[in-house]
Amino acid sequence: MDPITFFIQILAPALWQGLLITVALVALTAPFGLLLGTGISLGRQYGGRALQAACSGYIFFFKGCPLILLLFMLYFGLPSLGITLPAFTAAVIGFILCNAAYNAEYIRGAISSIKDGQMTAAQALGMTRFQAIESIILPQAMRRAIPGLSNEFIYLIKYSSLAYMITVIELTGAAKIAATKYFMYNESFLAVGIVYLALVTLTTYAVSLLEQRIAIPGMGTKNLI
Amino acid sequence: MKGEYILRVENLHKNFGDREVLHGISFDVKKGATLVFIGPSGTGKSTLLRCINQLTEPDRGKVFLDDEEITGCGARISGFRQRIGMVFQNFNLFDHLTSVENVEIALLKVRKMKKENARAKAMEELRRVGMADWADHYPAELSGGQAQRVSIARCLAMDPEVILFDEPTSALDPELTREVLEVMKDLARSGMTMLVVSHEIGFARSVATEVIFMEGGRIVEQGPPLEIMNNPKHPRTREFLGRIEHD
Repeated sequence: MDPITFFIQILAPALWQGLLITVALVALTAPFGLLLGTGISLGRQYGGRALQAACSGYIFFFKGCPLILLLFMLYFGLPSLGITLPAFTAAVIGFILCNAAYNAEYIRGAISSIKDGQMTAAQALGMTRFQAIESIILPQAMRRAIPGLSNEFIYLIKYSSLAYMITVIELTGAAKIAATKYFMYNESFLAVGIVYLALVTLTTYAVSLLEQRIAIPGMGTKNLI
Repeated sequence: MKGEYILRVENLHKNFGDREVLHGISFDVKKGATLVFIGPSGTGKSTLLRCINQLTEPDRGKVFLDDEEITGCGARISGFRQRIGMVFQNFNLFDHLTSVENVEIALLKVRKMKKENARAKAMEELRRVGMADWADHYPAELSGGQAQRVSIARCLAMDPEVILFDEPTSALDPELTREVLEVMKDLARSGMTMLVVSHEIGFARSVATEVIFMEGGRIVEQGPPLEIMNNPKHPRTREFLGRIEHD
């Protein structure tokens, strides 16, 4: 088969299917990873001793565990404990757990860069700690965490290819299958590489638009990417 | 007798580690009074203010606002803090909010006021400190004096019964100091009860109802400004005043 026919009839439709799965993986992981990561960083920063220890333990464990191992445990390990997850679900859960740990670290760094006076002033006005975190600390911390969080989002796009190892046919998997079947390795992997590059470029562009929209003079969110 | 004193401080003690910062401070504040605390740095003046609204928890002693005890009140502290404004040396404006948003945020989140009412009240307070034209600017776009005036407006918006000023002009150059002191003088004349930690002797002389000289966590001497300034009884007060008036 000549490369052009291969590309049009085989590779492009396969990559399209794979792209849909990759986008679904990322779109389901990112919001929950952000939510869980925010919760963990707040727990670690402002929680009681037990909660702080639990949140630190979470980060310690999931930062230290190779993602592929985590996916294997969720997909191949859990059934022996009586829990059988569909491959796609196992992948999303694994990604959320890992993504949240890194997001928590970025947000924690951003929170600790905020001057104590902000919390003091909020409390002096009669805000509870919760109100101060919600209306003063988080809006500032999230702005400062954007560069880190967006890097993590880009990593997520790329490590979502690990889902292939537990039988989810996403972008990389689709390319690998087509390549093996038609013996068109270079063509397939080059094409899928371009798709990833496009996704990452799109993300970078979207993040810089977001940063411009929410930029605040003196808060140093401009031109960070 | 109820109502005579808006604020009463009884025998406050505070240690940081084994360093004693407050060593039994007591005083009463009448409604509408302006107390100015002077004394060498590191003598516990700022800690004293922070112990009044419990940003720092005193080890011993009591604070009463209008005869209600603040110390050890648990979660009700937020309610008391709404009634006790505080102005900081470094302004502590919320960096992500414009001037008017800084002033209205507590009205919205703490007082649960409607958006348009909060905005109107915030603009009124900005006008009072001469900052209405800067309503839509962020803290980083303001001079120190402007930022401090916005932070005073933020405080006033909560209609506090007492305002604590923690070295409000120490971070400002003389020109900017003057514009902030003008606002504070107007406040004092309008009958606001104020506790001011400051080295501005001129301010103390012209608006204080009482000057309190502190050293080593103790009140060394207190009285009407002219008496303290012109005729200090304690040698330490005399020495301190002599030093700063020559600066």
